[in-house]
Amino acid sequence: METLSNEKVTEDMIPPDITQPLPLTDDFVPGESNFIQVKDFKFFYGKKQALHGINLEIPSRKVTAFIGPSGCGKSTLLRNFNRMNELIPGVRHEGDITIHGTSIYDPSVEIIALRRRIGMVFQKSNPFPMSIYENIVYPLRIAGQKNRAVLDETVERCLRSAALWEEVKDRLHESALGLSGGQMQRLCIARAVASRPEILLMDEPCSALDPIATAKVEELIIELKKDFTILIVTHNMQQASRVSELTAFFYLGNLVEFDSTRKIFTNPSKKQTEEYITGRFG
Amino acid sequence: MSKNSAPVPQNFFTTGGKQTSPLRLLRNRLLTALCIVLSLLTLVPLLSIIILLLRNGLPLLGADLFTQLPPAPGQDGGGFGNAIVGTLVMVGIALIFSVPLGILSAVYINEYAPTSKLAAAVRFVAKLLTGIPSIICGVFAFAAVVMTTHQFSALAGGVALSILILPTILLTSEQALMGVAYAYREASFGVGATPFQTIWRIVLPEALPAMMTGVMLAVARASGETAPVLFTALFSYNWIHSLMEPTASLSVLIYNFASLPYSHHISMAWAASLVLVILVTIVNVSAQIIFRPRHR
Repeated sequence: METLSNEKVTEDMIPPDITQPLPLTDDFVPGESNFIQVKDFKFFYGKKQALHGINLEIPSRKVTAFIGPSGCGKSTLLRNFNRMNELIPGVRHEGDITIHGTSIYDPSVEIIALRRRIGMVFQKSNPFPMSIYENIVYPLRIAGQKNRAVLDETVERCLRSAALWEEVKDRLHESALGLSGGQMQRLCIARAVASRPEILLMDEPCSALDPIATAKVEELIIELKKDFTILIVTHNMQQASRVSELTAFFYLGNLVEFDSTRKIFTNPSKKQTEEYITGRFG
Repeated sequence: MSKNSAPVPQNFFTTGGKQTSPLRLLRNRLLTALCIVLSLLTLVPLLSIIILLLRNGLPLLGADLFTQLPPAPGQDGGGFGNAIVGTLVMVGIALIFSVPLGILSAVYINEYAPTSKLAAAVRFVAKLLTGIPSIICGVFAFAAVVMTTHQFSALAGGVALSILILPTILLTSEQALMGVAYAYREASFGVGATPFQTIWRIVLPEALPAMMTGVMLAVARASGETAPVLFTALFSYNWIHSLMEPTASLSVLIYNFASLPYSHHISMAWAASLVLVILVTIVNVSAQIIFRPRHR
């Protein structure tokens, strides 16, 4: 711990925007069954409709997997929860998504605040071309946090929660681009949890990783669900069955089936789901 | 059916009809040779210029050149310190105008509204402007600055040069911004950064080295151009005292002195050419060192 300040971090040193919940999650109850609600949600890229009236209720503090063949709309839906899709020109949506009862499209919801409540991990790890330390404190720096003790504390906390601390604690100020692929992805997870979000969106987080790195990230996901509601898009059936409690199967922009992962993988009620799970198409 | 009846080929790679045809190999060698010869040919004019400059410019090179004023026609000695300062001042003025304008326009047309009509118009005009002859920039600055201030000046020269280099800076900056991976922007937006924070903290630092390459190209071009400063800054045999007076520059000094009938002045023109090349090289190399990408 020589590299980090020994100053003790007290609650009042952390600025209000990090410790105090935003109106979005005012009286957050762990284990809420309809934490995220997707209501008749349709999404269009220009004229092309990518999602056809999705209805979904996702509980908090669970891992929910989105599966389905490429182009089925699972990533599109995932990227709507933090409104990342709006960066693409020519998109529009119908219907609504609410989190803890508040619509994410409500005019009172600031998109900046929304994205700090809902962290995202991308398919290809995308650390900034900066040091490991600066990567993790970036969400705090853009929020105006300058207190060195708070930054140091965050770096250690986030790296520990991403199971990366032991591997990088001696080279926090070296470039993040020198890490291995698996370490980079865990660094991105650490960065995503740095702004203390409630929800973590993961868009095929392991698709570019080798099996050992994948196993580490999966362990991490299981560990993180104690504190976060996790939504994960995956092409890997085994991964969905290993890490998630709930699974949603999408096909051609429709939600075909949504149930407990055990039910989906052992006794799916729809024929399409069964065929996809068993590898007959997709 | 004996096991060893099949004849073993002499050489696995050169028999069995799978050999490369001699014509194909020959064509490959000929084209490779052609590329090497042509690459060497491009070096000939470049090296000839440098050798010529060194041979004609080196004999006169000395401290006096940098500290003395130009000699009157017919006299010996002296230097062109005022022209070096004049060139630096005018290129500096050009950069002050065109770097912020060029980079911020590039940020707007690439980051904020890439598909807007304004962006399309800016891009079109910039591409058009890169093709206009430099003397037009001089004519424009003459009309816009010299005629209105009734004064040949370093400012007018700087304005002419800034118009000359603005499109280069804008277009190379846009290319530099395009080269920054979208994943960085996504990562930044994903943790709740504003577009301004994303551009300022992530995109611009990442694009900076490539942007500086564009700026350095512009500096090299601006320091060597004669036409834009010829009738905006004119020339002077004295040190520069204000931005609002006729000012000497290396390029105009070369143009003026090379056409004089005095051998000393012609030699000075050679020396000035050499100094110009050295100056541009120094600026270029130091910029590359300063703006090297940090985390690789």
